[in-house]
Amino acid sequence: MKHVLGAVCGASCLLLAVPAMAETTLTIATVNNGDMIRMQGLTGEFTKKNPDITVKWVTLEENVLRQRVTTDIATKGGQFDVLTIGTYEVPIWAKKGWLVPLANLGADYDVADLLPKIKDAVSADGKLYAAPFYGESSMVMYRTDLFEKAGLKMPEKPSWDVVIDAAKKLTDKSAGTYGICLRGKAGWGENMAFLSAMANSYGARWFDEKWQPQFNTPEWKTTLTTYVNLMKEAGPPGASSNGFNENLALFNAGKCAMWIDATVAASFVTNPKESKVADKVGFALAPNTGLGKNANWLWAWNLAIPAGSKKTEAAEKFIAWATSKDYTKLVASKEGWANVPPGTRTSLYQNDEYLKVAPFAKLTLASIDAADPNKPTVKPVPYVGVQYAAIPEFQGIGTQVGQQFSAALAGSMTVDAALTAAQSATEREMKRAGYIK
Amino acid sequence: MARMATTRRVMISTAAAWLFGFLIFFPILWMGLASFKTELEAFAIPPSFLFFHWTTENYATVQERSDYLHHAMNSIIIAGGSTLIALLIAIPAAWSMAFSPTKRTKDILLWMLSTKMMPPVGVLVPIYLIYKSLGLLDSRIGLVFILCLGNLPIVIWMLFTYFKEIPRDILEAARMDGATIGRELVYVLTPMAIPGLASTLLLNLILAWNEAFWTLNLSTSSAAPLTTFIASYSSPEGLFWAKLSAASTLAIAPILVLGWFSQKQLVRGLTFGAVK
Repeated sequence: MKHVLGAVCGASCLLLAVPAMAETTLTIATVNNGDMIRMQGLTGEFTKKNPDITVKWVTLEENVLRQRVTTDIATKGGQFDVLTIGTYEVPIWAKKGWLVPLANLGADYDVADLLPKIKDAVSADGKLYAAPFYGESSMVMYRTDLFEKAGLKMPEKPSWDVVIDAAKKLTDKSAGTYGICLRGKAGWGENMAFLSAMANSYGARWFDEKWQPQFNTPEWKTTLTTYVNLMKEAGPPGASSNGFNENLALFNAGKCAMWIDATVAASFVTNPKESKVADKVGFALAPNTGLGKNANWLWAWNLAIPAGSKKTEAAEKFIAWATSKDYTKLVASKEGWANVPPGTRTSLYQNDEYLKVAPFAKLTLASIDAADPNKPTVKPVPYVGVQYAAIPEFQGIGTQVGQQFSAALAGSMTVDAALTAAQSATEREMKRAGYIK
Repeated sequence: MARMATTRRVMISTAAAWLFGFLIFFPILWMGLASFKTELEAFAIPPSFLFFHWTTENYATVQERSDYLHHAMNSIIIAGGSTLIALLIAIPAAWSMAFSPTKRTKDILLWMLSTKMMPPVGVLVPIYLIYKSLGLLDSRIGLVFILCLGNLPIVIWMLFTYFKEIPRDILEAARMDGATIGRELVYVLTPMAIPGLASTLLLNLILAWNEAFWTLNLSTSSAAPLTTFIASYSSPEGLFWAKLSAASTLAIAPILVLGWFSQKQLVRGLTFGAVK
């Protein structure tokens, strides 16, 4: 009888335990980038280790995701447990108390291994508010065969003069080859990411120490004039509607001699399955003008927990798994070292196997190291962020300014008119937000 | 001579109609073709039109990565449910306004239409908060309700216009013959209004099927329809045009087939009353 009772008790305990174990369902919001798709594919490995957690993915286009997640987090809707957010959002949202600080990532997580610049970008008041999933800077990708044919040489740290000169010499419009492909599509994360970084290298800045917009300075005029003239002479037609993907398509099709963009593109342009010029690509640091700043940005896609989530423990477990050193090894074992998420951990750049398959690794690391979100410009600024100013108003302002600059590139506006319009739009928004009087 | 001129005119207008039709259909055709290309061929410059290596790998990848049937079922329920409820509310409303108008009828109609003039994003946060409190976030009922509300003014307006075209004398004749309101509705009004009802239903179904603002903002996974299915294939950093095309083709296929088979009704309904 005792045995029967024991068995019944045991069975009921098990029955009770089963629903309790399968209780936690994490809803993870993310973007459709290659590394994130890979993470989704490997979710089974995480749930195998954590049978009490199930994972639901919500994949959205970047801008839709931003709007969707912002609405949910501002209203404490609690629809998501893990968010994929950029370095722009982390400090702003952390300050508003929208994110849960990540304090329990586990003993073997090795926070010290995170690249210092990236770690800084996802921390506020000394606390980690998001864990970097992949990080990137920007650099020059160029066609070694075209350079060789023209008798040109790309230095590892080129100046803008060298890049501009090469772009002009390598342009052969009749053959459909353009000296340089740069972003022109309007948007704070599109053309303004590139132009803000370029402006930094020319000594310009978004705001002075008193938050006064700086588009009326000679530095911005030089930046925009150089950009528009260069693109007119050596850029592809219709450049004002080109973003990352369009330029990637052009470069992969062999239409661009140079392309300055995200370091993460290096693995795409050297992949023979995607690129026609995979074995003819060289890399160099983003150009400078000798003022001490290169025209490169710093960005990372990170995983964070919104304050409205009721499953923070499970969410933190997932984040620790997806951004750990073991995850990198897992991706390498399943899909090869070339496919591991780059730009977050020092140890990856000391790994010989990775360095062997990633000829761009050294320059990616050098580019990330060269960007400083806390001191992004030659002159001092009151904001944090290299290709953006980490204030909530920047998204709107950045896109408005981007539209003016895109119009200048398209030729429907002069450089002076675009700068004047950018200055007045930014002044108006900054006054409205109370930064200036 | 006159006949030759007419034949030539017919030929020219036929050719022009085909050309115009082809131009309008071209983006869908291009999307369909791109869905059978490899990613490398999808962005090849110059693009290849028909002579490329045809592959179905994109469809296989899309099927493997996302649950198409789950999203399609949600779309059917949300679009179908919101259309039916909208019609149930709109038919009596339009009927009463068309056949028993008061001096405020026009104002009411204009007021209804004015609700469509505000951009939906203006009420996103209040609606989101209400849905959160009512537990309607990521639920099919919630989406049926919001899409029904969103399309109701258009449905009422369309039906009102159709009902207005029906001569009142016919109704009066039916009443003279002793028909009750119910019989009048079923035997007289309905047969005459069927083309209008059908085109309203179809148009509303298409609008609800393609609605992407509320469906993207109020659903996460359980109630996510095909609009979120497409959105999940758009990438900021990476070329997935072929896969995006495959996902889009799958998403529009059901409504395209429906539209194809019911185009006669649709055209008849949309031009109903236009020419007397």
